[in-house]
Amino acid sequence: MKAHIKITLKNGVLDPQGKAIEGAIKGLGITGVGDVRQGKYIEVDLSESDPAKAKAIVEQMCKDLLANTVIENYSYEIG
Amino acid sequence: MLRASVIVFPGSNCDRDVQTAIERVTGFAPKMVWHGDASVPSSDVIVLPGGFSYGDYLRCGAMAAHSPIMKDVVTKAKAGTPVIGICNGFQILCESGLLPGALLRNASLHFICRDVFLKVENDQTFFTKCYREGEVVKVPIAHGEGNYFADSETLDRLEGEGRIAFRYSNEAGETTAESCPNGAQRNIAGIVNETGRVLGMMPHPERLYEKALGGTDGRRVFESMLLSTLEAVA
Repeated sequence: MKAHIKITLKNGVLDPQGKAIEGAIKGLGITGVGDVRQGKYIEVDLSESDPAKAKAIVEQMCKDLLANTVIENYSYEIG
Repeated sequence: MLRASVIVFPGSNCDRDVQTAIERVTGFAPKMVWHGDASVPSSDVIVLPGGFSYGDYLRCGAMAAHSPIMKDVVTKAKAGTPVIGICNGFQILCESGLLPGALLRNASLHFICRDVFLKVENDQTFFTKCYREGEVVKVPIAHGEGNYFADSETLDRLEGEGRIAFRYSNEAGETTAESCPNGAQRNIAGIVNETGRVLGMMPHPERLYEKALGGTDGRRVFESMLLSTLEAVA
């Protein structure tokens, strides 16, 4: 199984990189662009085949390491 | 006698600066402890130095917070051993949960390396007792991620409990938005834990501890750790 993990900054946390990206997109002459927020995408191969156990493993790695829950949210799909 | 231990992570780059500063200011050479060790020798002070531990992979300080030595650092800190984290060390303290909040990318997105003015907010802690509350000191910063963030409830608690050790200010001691180099909330440059024995600060006191370096305002952090240790023994 493979976990596809997305980590994003919480609402209200300033994202200066997102702002810089937003400026660069607009610099391309592309219109109709609003707020840009950037985050991380992490893939993890899992040997666990039981979906419930895999979920528990991914939950632990997200909570304890991959995301800093003071400033970030995480979500994932396992498949 | 001061038994200090400096933790060396792969990517630490201020470890030898702080080693020299502690030895020159206090007269006692610290032990250098590798991050892969299982335990810190019995110490009066543990130092987490500046640098780019683990190349700042994932988030600044995130990997270091989970390195083998940190389990023992956390255990010892919770049991009362004083710990100071400078720059990357502050980031590691936040990532390991010893201090609240997190350090985000500077609001300007720039790496900033220059002297800044700090207002001393609390002169009663283990690492700040040789300063005077309200005085303004000049200490350099050198970071890309020093933008202190915590939710407003946490910030109110830190303020209410006197746990802000240093704030960025102008030379007159006014903590204005213009004097905040990195966007840190409420101009926070350094905070302590509930007991005042764990300090995290972004500025580098080890870079200004003698006149030859251009200033001595960082010196009293090391004098404070020596005085606090000697007072505890006496």
